[in-house]
Amino acid sequence: MKKYIIIVLIALVSGHVSSQEKVEGVVLDSEGANALSLSGANVYWQDSQTGVVTDFDGKFSIPFKKEFNRLIISYVGFESDTLTVNEPKTLRISLKPSNELDEVVVQQERDNIQKTYFSPQNVITVNSAELLKAACCNLAESFETNPSIDVNLSDGLTGTKQIQMLGLTSPYLLITQENIPMVRGASQAYGLTFTPGTWIESIQITKGAGSVVNGYESISGQINTELVKPLTDNEVFVNGYANQNGRYELNSHFNRKLTEKLSTGLYLHGNTRTQKEDNNEDGFLDAPLGEQINVMNRWQYQDAEKGWVSFFNVRFLNDEKQVGQVDFNPDTDRVDGTNGSLSGAEVWGSEINTRRFDTSLKLGYVFPELPFQSLGFQTSYSLHKQDSYFGFRTYDINHESIYSNLLFNSIIGDTRNKFKTGITFAYDGYNEMVTAIDYSRDDTSVGAFFEYSYENLEKVSLTAGLRVDNHNRLGTFVTPRFHIRYTPWEKGSLRGSFGRGKRAANIFAENQQLFASARTINIDVAGGSVYGLEPEDAWNYGVSFLQGFNFLNRKGDISLDYYITDFEDQVVVDWENSQEVSFYNLEGKSSAKSFQVEVNYELLTRLNFRTSYKFYDVSTDYKSGNLQKPLLAQHRFFANLGYETKTKDNGAQWKFDYTLHTLGEMRLPDTSSNEAAYQLGEYSSPYSLMNAQITKVFSDKFEVYVGGENLTNEQQNNPVLGANEPFGPNFDTSIVYAPIMGRMFYGGFRFKI
Amino acid sequence: MKTTILSMAMMLIAVVAYAQDKNKKMTFDVNGKCAMCKERIEEAALNVKGVKYANWDIPTHQLAVIMDERKTDAMKIKTAIVNVGHDTKELKATDEAYNNVHPCCKYREDNSDDGNHHENK
Repeated sequence: MKKYIIIVLIALVSGHVSSQEKVEGVVLDSEGANALSLSGANVYWQDSQTGVVTDFDGKFSIPFKKEFNRLIISYVGFESDTLTVNEPKTLRISLKPSNELDEVVVQQERDNIQKTYFSPQNVITVNSAELLKAACCNLAESFETNPSIDVNLSDGLTGTKQIQMLGLTSPYLLITQENIPMVRGASQAYGLTFTPGTWIESIQITKGAGSVVNGYESISGQINTELVKPLTDNEVFVNGYANQNGRYELNSHFNRKLTEKLSTGLYLHGNTRTQKEDNNEDGFLDAPLGEQINVMNRWQYQDAEKGWVSFFNVRFLNDEKQVGQVDFNPDTDRVDGTNGSLSGAEVWGSEINTRRFDTSLKLGYVFPELPFQSLGFQTSYSLHKQDSYFGFRTYDINHESIYSNLLFNSIIGDTRNKFKTGITFAYDGYNEMVTAIDYSRDDTSVGAFFEYSYENLEKVSLTAGLRVDNHNRLGTFVTPRFHIRYTPWEKGSLRGSFGRGKRAANIFAENQQLFASARTINIDVAGGSVYGLEPEDAWNYGVSFLQGFNFLNRKGDISLDYYITDFEDQVVVDWENSQEVSFYNLEGKSSAKSFQVEVNYELLTRLNFRTSYKFYDVSTDYKSGNLQKPLLAQHRFFANLGYETKTKDNGAQWKFDYTLHTLGEMRLPDTSSNEAAYQLGEYSSPYSLMNAQITKVFSDKFEVYVGGENLTNEQQNNPVLGANEPFGPNFDTSIVYAPIMGRMFYGGFRFKI
Repeated sequence: MKTTILSMAMMLIAVVAYAQDKNKKMTFDVNGKCAMCKERIEEAALNVKGVKYANWDIPTHQLAVIMDERKTDAMKIKTAIVNVGHDTKELKATDEAYNNVHPCCKYREDNSDDGNHHENK
């Protein structure tokens, strides 16, 4: 009996429900028998708040009232339908697919250097068009037109360009390639020259403390390079370059789409310099002789429907450099370091040969139903072998490195609150021989990170990250990083950041230029775990302000930056005694303060002007007292002027570019203990460098360029101290503050299909 | 007994049919024209409790949302959007709300897509 009552009750309830006036029905994707139901279609009464969504089977049920008469059914990709419905009834609605529209691409002319107004981090994105402003040649040289990065010459021998940010040299920057740490360890000195310029798609420069996702090693900033992608790069690309000093470069890319989802690219780079240049007649080559072969194969897999993205890279590099005296012949003149007595007739020379193998795999998965949730995994392996000698000093280093990072991205509540979390594993095996001393070691670290970000594009956004790492030499430590952005008014963006960085200094690899001198090398062993030294530890604090403006109807922006890096532990490289170089742990204070003001403005249509002024105060407590960092200009001025003619239909145009760098005086390391003939002043004199380039674009397929560097022919006349007696006590190639090469012209072409 | 089983089965089916999706994906038309509108629309949608994701596409005027159906529904989102001055197909913004949008966002006068000209603030 009870059962019946329940059933009757249910029947009554449902009867009651259905007795309410309703329109019911099903929404289908077409007419005919094979029609599929559309779930999630919108069904609503026009001009009302009454609407429903169809269920899994395409069914809906919507209350009917007298005042409603037009029922609208809509679904993405279908034409909306409006039905006149004057009474409750059951409907079968078939929607018509909307005519597919031709894709409309709304494109805005992008600035070559983009600064973000909304990101909490101070990130500057440099795209490939900017990189073309200075056509040569590799990553180290691609910052010439960018005021955030300073390009410095590292030594008088190789003329290798080193970069600096916020007054600190590249070891304090985290340099990544597609977010995998790249130029580090053994490749620190020359690694930037191992990425050919044409392989670069864009560069992201983050000033100050970076994100915790890529590790704890960044102290003054991060530079990430995105390489060209097989799917989007030209099918065929060829670039040739030649300069007056006998440097030739050839780059070619071949990309193929194998299937809808799979693409591959083969990238070849070769460069050579065989011409001996000695303009300053000191008997030493002004630029190394050398050749490099660099081959990379990339695979890109992309399945948008399933949400998979993957990259696989393999790369091989062979780089050979010969430097030293012009007459040096490596086959006969190499001096054996074990031979105690020198006759005085020896020829000084050096060879730096590097072979490197890299491979990396990236896997990314975006949950197709949840675009804000993704999983990423990246892993890389590299083997770097450098065999080198500088006079009778031998320096060999093998560096084997494994890096893996697993990353999960999602949201808390909604997409304004995001988080990233994951784990990192890294292994570095060093086999390092400095003349006859073995400094081999193995480093492993495991870390976990969590980064929260709040972004609503309005007033405030912030990123707060924390990572905990365990490293066999650095111990267990916590790395916090914090960024905040506040928009006080229109087009204004105020940022603040702080963060910690920690690293094990690879003192020899990072300071290789000091081997090419008569200096003795001292390490003040303090019982630390890396070469007997304590690892480096620093905090970085920064504020920046960016303001966009419109002046005389033309766009511009002005930005101001102030950053401080405070070292708690630092490996001080002290070369204030000209007979030696000492490495010791900081006692006292060391800090780098940098101030920058930069203005970008479109002076006339297609005439862009960029200028900046920088002030650096980088001081360290040396054993001999607190001193400014040597070879660093405290004042720097930069200007770049770029003009492009209007692009014709076939892409033809002219491009003109002019860059000026003015460097103030630099403090030189103390040479007062040298004989008078080998003494340098306390300061270098200020000078300016000018570069210019003209590009003629004939069509989308072909262009040629010519340019000149160091147009005013600025040269340091004595880059090699004691050049007449290279095995003598005054020999030193490390004090370089101006270009060694004089004025230089170059030309080249680019061809693409 | 049979009937009990039947009714229970029916109830189960009903439960399945009305199972509420934690990550329900939906798309609907919202009127607007530029990046400033985009910001306003997405913000309004995200301010509705239960909305996890909102992306308004300038050329197509489509707002894609992902929401927790247990907490909200399409009409609540649409109401929030009209409240900030953007028309949806079935709901029109009041004149008062419409007049509050930035002058360059007045889509009723000129419904062009000019994401190009009006950047984010």
